[in-house]
Amino acid sequence: MSKILVVAEHDGSSLNPSTAKCLACAVEIPDAEIDVAVFADGGGEIANAAAQLDSVSKVLLIENPANDYPLAAVIAPQLVAIAPGYSHILGPSTTFGKDLMPSVAALLGVNQVSDIMAVLGDHKFKRPIYAGNAVLTIEAPADSPLVATVRTASFKTIGSGNSAAVEQISAVAEIPDHTRFVELRAGKSDRPDLQTASKVVSGGRALGSSENFDIIFKLADTLGAGVGASRAAVDAGYVPNELQVGQTGKIIAPDLYIAIGISGAIQHLTGIKDAGTIVAINKDEDAPIFEVADVGLVADLFQVVPELQETLES
Amino acid sequence: MERIIVGLKRVVDYNVRVRVRSDGSGVETDGVKMSINPFDEIALEEALRIKERGEANEVVVVSIGGTECEQQLRTGLAMGADRAILVDAGESVNPLTAAKIFLELANRESSELVILGKQAIDDDNNQTGQMLAALWGRPQATFASKIELNGSSARVTREVDVGLELLDIDLPAVVTVDLRLNEPRYVKLPDIMKAKKKPLDHFAIADLGVDAVPSMTEVSFEPPEQRQKGVIVEDVAGLVSALKDKGLV
Repeated sequence: MSKILVVAEHDGSSLNPSTAKCLACAVEIPDAEIDVAVFADGGGEIANAAAQLDSVSKVLLIENPANDYPLAAVIAPQLVAIAPGYSHILGPSTTFGKDLMPSVAALLGVNQVSDIMAVLGDHKFKRPIYAGNAVLTIEAPADSPLVATVRTASFKTIGSGNSAAVEQISAVAEIPDHTRFVELRAGKSDRPDLQTASKVVSGGRALGSSENFDIIFKLADTLGAGVGASRAAVDAGYVPNELQVGQTGKIIAPDLYIAIGISGAIQHLTGIKDAGTIVAINKDEDAPIFEVADVGLVADLFQVVPELQETLES
Repeated sequence: MERIIVGLKRVVDYNVRVRVRSDGSGVETDGVKMSINPFDEIALEEALRIKERGEANEVVVVSIGGTECEQQLRTGLAMGADRAILVDAGESVNPLTAAKIFLELANRESSELVILGKQAIDDDNNQTGQMLAALWGRPQATFASKIELNGSSARVTREVDVGLELLDIDLPAVVTVDLRLNEPRYVKLPDIMKAKKKPLDHFAIADLGVDAVPSMTEVSFEPPEQRQKGVIVEDVAGLVSALKDKGLV
């Protein structure tokens, strides 16, 4: 039997949807009992939210003032302290999980399975390599703990309605003070979160300026969509880095993805290959984005995007 | 500080369209252009800028792999690194083994800063830097887009999912770099000539007293599922009706 510990991601007040995605991966591991660990400072509500997620057997709440902000250097030793007895420790392939989980793996003396996209057995997984140009089936040794990150875009979110027990435990570990949180500069937005939005409108370099990017925001607002961007648009300074979609940005799987003025470099396509429907608007009919788009429109974006927005508005 | 260590991994060039071998045994690398992992190139550029600001005395580039990695180390020396170390491993090693090698070198070289790429673009593992920091018991600042040194500590700006995060870390420390940290310099011909005279030392993994960790079993490789090319519509009305047909608007 597998005993799985899923590390919850949260911002101090609410549970990140990545946790439910990790659980959706965990339930595919055969014959598993799944616990969730919440490292927090005043995390009662977060733990209760985790306890409602299906398939959770219990939630472990580890309260510590040091857990006020999730630093890998602080959480990793605590996670290792509670790891004995678990065969699998999973976290999301978000910047939180990517930062934390390899530290945990190293402290446990194992390599990590990065970006699980499919579960083939209790120690056998598929993961993307070469920016998604190849898929590797990998088998980890069954006689040591398995530490992995879950490619959240590959899994549907798990349901809720559960009422698992929440257990406060302590994790005895030496917590270092060599790493200090200073500040988080989060983009303020009332729009749906890019990583979990069911619709996303993205703009590329062809927008030409941050002012011009407004037509992307307008269309997104009409659709109730999140906003994304290509690396080129972020590098050019049109929008902040957290909007980047692709290999080194966010990997997303919305039902509808509208790529506007994005040529479709392989690194960008990696970030959207699990989208339900891809729409591309680009004036270059040879742009690679049209090779993967379900619906393509070859046109000048400055003409058709406002027109599309007005049509949908009315 | 005295010394910065930078890791340089030899990988299939960023611009090569990688293909899986038809027998599923791996990806085609025969005759394919190889380069420094782009994130590692950014790591080296940052180390060089720190040195050029007078905040470090020496930049040492390290690669782990076969003799052919000398090419990437020579490029690193031509960019401006002072010396190079090649840890002979036949082929590239898994992240935990790499982390153990960097730990041993960081200790031997009394390095106050190890700068690595956040991930290699071949295996996309994104593990080595974090593992090194954990084994070393030192701070990590991953996905850095800005590094400001401040005596015995550094303020690092990190690219995280919600925006930018600022951390203060004590040195020695490990920083892994993201794309927007800097733009690496081009190598000039005279520098390539000069680089030939710079020291490049070889070590075997065993010489470093590192036990290589066994790699996971690579069962098979396959190409990703391809999305099918869809329809091209003529105008906005066509687009809206296609979206309506799919129940998306």
